[in-house]
Amino acid sequence: MRINFRTLCDKGAGGMMFILLILSVVLLIAMGIGLWFKAAPVLEGRMLKDLLFSANWKPLKGEFGFLPFVMGTLWITGIAIILALPISLLAATFLTEYARPVIKKYVFPALDILAALPSVIYGVWGTLIIVPWISEELALLFVEYSTGYSALASGIVLGVMILPLLVSLFIELFSAVPNDLREASLGLGATKWQTTHRVVLRKTIPGMIAAVVLAISRAFGETIAVLMVCGNLAQVPNSMFDAVYPIPALIANNYGEMLSLPLYEAALMFAALILFVVVLLFNLASRMVLYRIEKKSN
Amino acid sequence: MKFFIEKLMRVLMILSLLLVFGFVFSIVFTIFSKGWSAMSWDMITKLPGGGFYIGKEGGFLNAIVGSLYIVGASTLLGLLISIPVVFYLNIYLKKKSKLAYVTRLAYDVLFGVPSIVYGAFAFTIMVYLGVKASLLGGIIVVTLLIIPIFVRSMDEVAKEFPREILDATYSLGATRLETIRVVVRQIAPGIATATLLSIGRAIGDAAAVIFTAGYTDSIPTSLSQPVATLPLAVFFQLSSPIAEVQDRAYAAALVLTVIVLILSLLGRYFTNRFSKNKLK
Amino acid sequence: MSLKSSANSIYNQYNEWWESSALRRQVKIFRPDYKFIRKSEESELMVENLNVHIKNNHILKDINLSIPDKKITCIIGPSGCGKSTLLKTFNRLIDSVEGVKLDGKVLIDGEDIIHSGQEITELRRKMGLISQRPCPLPMSIFENIAYGCRIHGIRNRRKLNMIVQHYLKSSGLWEEVKDRLRSPAARLSIGQQQRLCLARSLAVEPQFILADEATSALDPISSKIIEDLFVKLKANYSIIMVTHTLHQALRIADYVVFMYLGEIIEAGDAQQIFNNPQHELTKKYLSGAFS
Repeated sequence: MRINFRTLCDKGAGGMMFILLILSVVLLIAMGIGLWFKAAPVLEGRMLKDLLFSANWKPLKGEFGFLPFVMGTLWITGIAIILALPISLLAATFLTEYARPVIKKYVFPALDILAALPSVIYGVWGTLIIVPWISEELALLFVEYSTGYSALASGIVLGVMILPLLVSLFIELFSAVPNDLREASLGLGATKWQTTHRVVLRKTIPGMIAAVVLAISRAFGETIAVLMVCGNLAQVPNSMFDAVYPIPALIANNYGEMLSLPLYEAALMFAALILFVVVLLFNLASRMVLYRIEKKSN
Repeated sequence: MKFFIEKLMRVLMILSLLLVFGFVFSIVFTIFSKGWSAMSWDMITKLPGGGFYIGKEGGFLNAIVGSLYIVGASTLLGLLISIPVVFYLNIYLKKKSKLAYVTRLAYDVLFGVPSIVYGAFAFTIMVYLGVKASLLGGIIVVTLLIIPIFVRSMDEVAKEFPREILDATYSLGATRLETIRVVVRQIAPGIATATLLSIGRAIGDAAAVIFTAGYTDSIPTSLSQPVATLPLAVFFQLSSPIAEVQDRAYAAALVLTVIVLILSLLGRYFTNRFSKNKLK
Repeated sequence: MSLKSSANSIYNQYNEWWESSALRRQVKIFRPDYKFIRKSEESELMVENLNVHIKNNHILKDINLSIPDKKITCIIGPSGCGKSTLLKTFNRLIDSVEGVKLDGKVLIDGEDIIHSGQEITELRRKMGLISQRPCPLPMSIFENIAYGCRIHGIRNRRKLNMIVQHYLKSSGLWEEVKDRLRSPAARLSIGQQQRLCLARSLAVEPQFILADEATSALDPISSKIIEDLFVKLKANYSIIMVTHTLHQALRIADYVVFMYLGEIIEAGDAQQIFNNPQHELTKKYLSGAFS
């Protein structure tokens, strides 16, 4: 009897865990569907094209052109990647190919801290350091006046935030390259950089692209830190010293008030849906590539 | 020529590494120097007083306690949900199972979904169900937010679970469920690290709780009351034009940073410490 | 009537009384080595026409075998001949291998373990497996041995203490570890770990001990200790061991099975096989022509 009971427990618990597992997948689908339904009113009678590429943002008149927000998001994500990519690439190369273990002992905790700091802290740092620096020094070299709350400030803060993610992904990729390849190249008389460049970096290009896509999707959704330094002006930015208004900031800023206007709520939900879809696609694609690489290296 | 490039790249690499250190130092130093001067005992032991938002007496105990409530409850819930999921993924399912692949992919995507989207989604659900912004809402959304972190980082460790231990356990007559004690012991360091990681994320996240938990000056006494959180305290107080209130934001930021730094250090420590029973 | 037989009859009467007395039921004397229900003291293992396929490979071909009770049976043969697979079939650990297909019968105490719906946990309890590399569970020494009993329903602290002590003694480990039962098993030396694994298997009262090259990862002294233990244990258990080293088989085997490429070439008493092998392949293998 007892033995039957044990097997029963095993099966029963298995069933329960299976349900939990399925629920998590369902959550993802539910999120998409839920956002879609909530966004439906704003999609009715409007072309997707108009929504995304019109710059008319007049919620009270029922005009919802997302272009300023889309452009804002693209600007800051672009700046963040341009800043973070070379730094993380060089740092990761150094850590895997050149550094002695002692150095790693100090670098990893530092990266840990960067990864662990909450975004609101980055926001505070941005307003205290980056924004004044831009408005008082950097911007004066290029434009007449900037408040400092700008695309560039957001980009820098965002860039620092995605650094640890990029570095850890790159390190994982580089470490997966077999040592034989490196030795073969070094044995032919190549210098260490030539080996790194020709062998390690070239071999990991698909993985690197996947990692960058992943970092982009992370940067896309970052809210609070960006909200604190972006300026929050619904305009299409012309230079990196202009204020921007990325999509997550739009949602966070207006969510409380939108309840009175159903269409406004739908518009904000549409914004969330854009974020969700972009993140979903980017993540799916890059994770699938990374899985394949992982499988190969095993 | 190639030696020149070699030298150049080496210099660039070291520079970029220094830059990373520079960022860490700059952030931590800024928060500490600004926050320390604004810090006082009252800040962390008192609730906001009457004139708090125009720079008078009081502290942000409400936010500290609120954050602890949310983080404590959601970490517990998260563990309860994610340990079975990881266990099922690694013990019940076969290595090459399609379901395991899809689930891992789903969790990776869920991990990448921005917290503002979680917040927006949870808020619409709450509106639908007629739940107001409250402690309960905050706990649920943060739990959803950290489950992917839990699952992913524990799964990372559980994947390496040695087949031999499993075989040894089975050959004593254990069912799959009964191996859980062995599995949990073996991946204990992973669970500890995952927990710390999740706590760090849960305590620092503002975007998800901004609509779901609300904000209040008092400590909630039931699940249906709104609750303040540290990141939101920083955010709201910093947007005030009054310098004294801004100072409080820095003090709150300092508290948040210290908590996160301690968690991060503990994480390192646990990874080494908890591996006592673990087989190499 | 001799003195001896009268003493015996008195003893038997006493035993009968003791077994039926109310006192016995109250005292509930607990024997650490007699805690689970056994069908019989005899154990019997018969293999009939066993075929094992893994994916497209025919690993075991038409195995017919009968394992003698309370003896040491050595399965010898070159590596890759399916010895370990055969052993893992006996406790159905083979189920967790992907793409495996079993045909035929394996009868343990008259019950076919492959097709009858027998509880797999109970089966595995009956077949204690000692793996090639010692594999202590990630817990303390005490917990390692208590684990098996716990999952089979014995949770009483006092009983567990008795069980742990009893089996650590029977594997000769007690004196070495009695002061550090709470320390992690991973800290033991590898030879000690293997004895711990043996004690762990014995603690759930198996009828068979399946040893899969149990000494191959150990130093000569430790493996000698294990061998001696096996010889001692065969009074109570049927021991089936897979071995790579012919010398070991020579030293301790009572019964020998020679396998080659998934087939049983020859099986018989150790004396007969070693001194007078019938088959050409066996002769070659024993003379060291291949290994």
